[in-house]
Amino acid sequence: MIIDGTAVVIEGDNIDTDVLYPGSFLNIDDPDAMKPYLFEGLDPGIRDRLEPSCVLVVGDNFGSGSSREHVPLAMKAWGVGCVLGHSFARIFHRNCINLGLPVVTSPQAAAAAVAGERIHIDTDEGAIEVSDERYEIAPLPEFMAEMIDSGGLVEWVRGRLKA
Amino acid sequence: MALTLTEKILLAHTDRDELTPGEVVLVRCDVVMANDVSGPVAFRAMKKMGAERVFDPSKVVMVADHFMPAKDARSAGLLKSLKDWSDEQGVTYYGQGRGGIEHTLLAEEGWVTPGIVLAGGDSHTCTHGALGAFGTGLGSTDIAACLALGEFWQAVPETILVRLTGDRSKYVTGKDVILAVIGRIGVAGGTNQVLEFTGEGAAGLSMDERLAVANMAVEAGSETGLFAADEVTGKYLEGRARRPWTAEASDPDAHFSGVLDIDLSALAPLVSKPHSPGNVVPVSDATGTKIDQVYIGNCSNGTMTDLRQTAEMLRGHKVHADTRAIIVPATQDIYRRAMAEGLLDIFVEAGAIVSTPTCGACFGGHNGVMGPGENALTTTNRNFKGRMGSGEAGVFLANAYVAAAAAVAGEIVEPHEVH
Ligand code: SF4
Repeated sequence: MIIDGTAVVIEGDNIDTDVLYPGSFLNIDDPDAMKPYLFEGLDPGIRDRLEPSCVLVVGDNFGSGSSREHVPLAMKAWGVGCVLGHSFARIFHRNCINLGLPVVTSPQAAAAAVAGERIHIDTDEGAIEVSDERYEIAPLPEFMAEMIDSGGLVEWVRGRLKA
Repeated sequence: MALTLTEKILLAHTDRDELTPGEVVLVRCDVVMANDVSGPVAFRAMKKMGAERVFDPSKVVMVADHFMPAKDARSAGLLKSLKDWSDEQGVTYYGQGRGGIEHTLLAEEGWVTPGIVLAGGDSHTCTHGALGAFGTGLGSTDIAACLALGEFWQAVPETILVRLTGDRSKYVTGKDVILAVIGRIGVAGGTNQVLEFTGEGAAGLSMDERLAVANMAVEAGSETGLFAADEVTGKYLEGRARRPWTAEASDPDAHFSGVLDIDLSALAPLVSKPHSPGNVVPVSDATGTKIDQVYIGNCSNGTMTDLRQTAEMLRGHKVHADTRAIIVPATQDIYRRAMAEGLLDIFVEAGAIVSTPTCGACFGGHNGVMGPGENALTTTNRNFKGRMGSGEAGVFLANAYVAAAAAVAGEIVEPHEVH
């Protein structure tokens, strides 16, 4: 998969899913209706910087806390193309992968990213380009790669049920 | 080969002969749980998967707790969809007036036995590690896959061994044990690993306290917080367990990714200051902080043990005139038992309100959310910015003694000052 997008930098470590999508809006189950509340507890202004296939650049332990899938669902609904970070909390990380939202762990690339600049990611080649520098991405375990290739967990299960 | 308890449990739930840490395997679930927030999102995903029926209705449990009772029309819609779906699928449904907060409830109802794998659409599913089960929190699409296939993918985690020694002093509870761990290793210190609690200090924790400890394993980033089953577990499960079980433990020579020693005799009651559960200090470093609302409840500390500790502090006292107190028994059963023991009367007499079991204000949903500039002292598990309502409110986490003492004093005090 190739992702070409503008960097949207979110500063800070340990950003939790409560600030990314506050609890009082969890009574929504339609992803499109979740869009207006993404980043609401952190900085609603981030929403104005989102554009189709943009790359969210984040710090350490991003997405800690609650399992609420509303966060990556709303990111997808906004058209976010990829999340690039120093490191990720477990459930947020797996939620992204399950939804087919590429999530790349590369502290070097994340540190080099500049807001508004282009980022080029080639998940097949395992490489990411930020400001003309090239960084390697560690390959995904086989199962995860297979699932992402099939379009996420929904498609993977769909395939299993048909088989 | 020497194995950790986690490896033993996972091995028994895969088609593999051996496991290597980090490799991704498909794990079979014995129980799949979701709530009114994660469930409806999972049902949408399950539909898209083309799955019409759950893999095994006898292994699926739905609990209405987050927005229960409904705070508004939209929440009522979610609760209805949870019930309708459960009825249609023929799975167990705990609705309004028949259950309570999912984690406390599932343990209480005997769904959780040592050695099982429990996949829950809620991050605090790690609570069930208290019973020697691999309980782990997943998102809604994962839960949809569990509902459809009875399986989820899992990178085999390593284990950090937390060795607890020494006797606790009065007012030091399970809450302080886990806050001490998070304070030591940090909020990401357990990422992709399991915390396993062992030693005489672990054996000395009651089941209610173990639930409190395991509950906050996720606040260190961990997959679950495990206690190998022992006599305390056996006693708790008597007349409760829904299936036969055997006790297993990590092999003594198993490989651990880390070892953490905590001397309980050196622990004082702790508090996590805003806005991170890792922001842990002794209560003595936070005394004098004005508290607008005390909240005693939630899936970590809404048990009989917590309510008894609260009553011990509130008996013969009044809640401070400038402070509000909300007490939320975690389940209907706890509510009834607290009533029968006369605890609820002590609470109401003191000027606290007693709420029906619900998640409510714990996640800023409803039923006592905080306003700007206010401070809450709570027995809950998260104090992220805005967790209980306004982003301008501060949330302090502590045990029930400390919380109840603050209710009386109107500020953070050491429990012995009130008692
Ligand atoms: S009580 Fe709070 S932490 Fe526990 S399940 Fe409910 S919302 Fe989550």
